[in-house]
Amino acid sequence: MLTIRRDLVEAMVKHARRDHPDEACGVLAGPQGSDRPERFIPMLNSARSMTFYEFDSGDDIRLHRELESRDEERVVIYHSHTATEAYPSRRDIDIAGYPEAHYVLISTRDPDSDELRSYRIIDGEVTEEPVVVE
Amino acid sequence: MAVTVSVPTILRTYTGGEKSVQASGATVAEVIEDLESRHSGIKGRLVKDGSLHRFINVYVNDQDVRFEGGLVAAVHDGDNVTILPAVAGGSPHGPV
Repeated sequence: MLTIRRDLVEAMVKHARRDHPDEACGVLAGPQGSDRPERFIPMLNSARSMTFYEFDSGDDIRLHRELESRDEERVVIYHSHTATEAYPSRRDIDIAGYPEAHYVLISTRDPDSDELRSYRIIDGEVTEEPVVVE
Repeated sequence: MAVTVSVPTILRTYTGGEKSVQASGATVAEVIEDLESRHSGIKGRLVKDGSLHRFINVYVNDQDVRFEGGLVAAVHDGDNVTILPAVAGGSPHGPV
């Protein structure tokens, strides 16, 4: 289960809407081991693509150091799908390298309704989990 | 050349849960060979078809080694090698 503050959900959705039709991506950081997302960190999609996203490797090592210095981790890794449902694609699953993170998918295909869902992706296996917005 | 290698969660199954291990080598390839000799199986997660795996990022002192020649990038005594899984993906109809 992912328990998350409403303002963090709104921030992710807003980012996804702003970058539409390109895919948007980022993380929510939280204290190590807390499983509690607290800090919204939008990242640049270096692929600038409607069908692919990737953190720039330089941005990612800087993020890694910043989180380390604050005793934080990537509690949520989010990205958007702009023409398909909020479900991990084959490539999302193959590439997913953070078994400890909640993978949040946001679909912006419908301009009038937001679809946000969360998953664990471990060893190629996807498990959807409930999202509780506080 | 002794270096410290920072290992991401997903690869700690090979290091007995250790997040940081020691290794030696004069290049990234040699460091990976040395890691493999002590943590069997880890090389297969880092190298594919003779190059660094497309979705694994390796840094020497926070510099992405892809910009320093990849596996032949030089490593010096005391360097910090950091392995991060790339954060990437995409919708079902995109490029591979």
